[in-house]
Amino acid sequence: MSVLVYTENWDGKFKKLSFELVSYAHEIAKMLNTQTVVLSIGNVAHDELQKLGTYGASTVMSVDNDCCKNLDNQVYSHIITQAASKADANIIILAHNNIGKALAPRLSVRLKAGLATGVLSLPQSIEPFTITRKVFTSKAIANIIINTPVKIVTLLQNSFGIHENQAAVQIETFNPDLSAVTAKTVIKEVNKVTGKLLLTDAEIVVSGGRGMKGPENWGGIEELAALLGAATACSRPVSDEGWRPHSEHTGQTGKIIAPDLYIALGISGAIQHLGGVSGSKCIVAVNKDPDAPIFEAADYGIVGDVMKVLPEFIAAVKEIKQS
Amino acid sequence: MKILICISNVPDTTTKIKFVNNNTTFDKSGVQWIINPWDELALTRVLDLKDAQAGIESVTVMNVGLADAEPTIRKALAIGADKAIRINADPVDSFQVASLLADAIKKDPYDIVLCGIESCDYNGASVGGMLAELLDMPSVSAISFLNIAGGKVELKREIDGGQESIEIATPFVGIVQKGIAKDPRIPNMRGIMMAKTKPLQVLEPSAANTLTSVGSFDLPKAKAACKKIDPDNVKELVRLLHYEAKLI
Repeated sequence: MSVLVYTENWDGKFKKLSFELVSYAHEIAKMLNTQTVVLSIGNVAHDELQKLGTYGASTVMSVDNDCCKNLDNQVYSHIITQAASKADANIIILAHNNIGKALAPRLSVRLKAGLATGVLSLPQSIEPFTITRKVFTSKAIANIIINTPVKIVTLLQNSFGIHENQAAVQIETFNPDLSAVTAKTVIKEVNKVTGKLLLTDAEIVVSGGRGMKGPENWGGIEELAALLGAATACSRPVSDEGWRPHSEHTGQTGKIIAPDLYIALGISGAIQHLGGVSGSKCIVAVNKDPDAPIFEAADYGIVGDVMKVLPEFIAAVKEIKQS
Repeated sequence: MKILICISNVPDTTTKIKFVNNNTTFDKSGVQWIINPWDELALTRVLDLKDAQAGIESVTVMNVGLADAEPTIRKALAIGADKAIRINADPVDSFQVASLLADAIKKDPYDIVLCGIESCDYNGASVGGMLAELLDMPSVSAISFLNIAGGKVELKREIDGGQESIEIATPFVGIVQKGIAKDPRIPNMRGIMMAKTKPLQVLEPSAANTLTSVGSFDLPKAKAACKKIDPDNVKELVRLLHYEAKLI
């Protein structure tokens, strides 16, 4: 029996998300009185694998095989299935990101394991295995019962946090048998920005809506984000207008995020937008319309002109950072 | 090329969500139904490619649902799908939906099967991947671009901080993200008239298992009232975020 975590790596490094998954798995392993095993696929140095022990991993299975550098959903599902069998896993944890969403459903079928996706907290009970997740785009919560011996859970990033639980960690090389599967996904080109804080990784997010009036006014949002170590985001109309890239769109059909602090500037808070950000621990809203729905979701609010408030916001942050 | 788009019939995104039967059943009364937004974008892109003579022979939509889903399915026909199949069932979980779709697809295979990345009712983000595994087909997830030219399929999938350009042989299952089409197609009068005579086949469901069930639903707890700060005292907001919320 064990709890198995799959974490991806980013150019050979783990990040907070990896440690959060391990922290979460460790907590479930405690409920089951068992151990946490982590599977890593790709070239990751021993020192880096060792870091997973800080968050409660007792075993790390590392697949360092040239065939598996790029994500092929079938190949990866084969590897994770074999790891689950070797670790005798009864619970498998993945991130609720693009990779977790691509793999968890395939694993669910391969392992005949019930799947609960995008969960935000620990299971309410182990027997029966009951866990809550948001449905209807955060407008309701469903209590899901998984009825199968093996269970799979995908965790929404930044919903559980990281917790240190130093364990004596054993690093093992894992050599899956891939004779029955070939990679069919051929990657021709990769276009990515490196070094920019990803929206899904950010603890603080500064987001702008139509109230910002135009792309030329985004300097203030970027300045505030830089001061706070935050990522920038936007509402759907802003990305549809092409003021900002689609990758910044948060909301029902965009990114679902759960930062510690979400600052909504000139966003009215349509129900579709709130669906994407309502997992935030704290929401600050600035909007000139006192009846804007964003104030229903916000913890702190200013009813006022964002064009006037934003420069004062920046100045006040600078002042407090210096004090 | 034969292309299938799996479509989900979901409540309009502005619907107020309520439950009945001791919070175990979604209350459908008064709800407006729509094609799941991602499915609609996938359909739009495929129809654009078909119009551009990309070598698409037929475009089919398939839904797992009861007869009340038919207006939504007809809308997909009005937008331009050639035919529709409804599997007559009221499914319990994603696995059951995927199993029912897989059983129907095995009997009448397609070159490309597309699913939206999630549906805006149960948000499971699971059906596409499960379907691919049940069909033993490759899958590519988070697709934000699809092109078909000279029988070749080019895709882009979203990764952290960017995109990967991918080539893949058919058949495959594509799981579609936003970006694949800008705006969904809106049916015109001619499309609506034609949709009435297009085939909508109803299949009785195969025996399909479930892996999970919903014990009950809850509505989110009401949030504490927003603390309003005087717009002439922005400093106070920053002070509260620093000292009270301790977030900056």
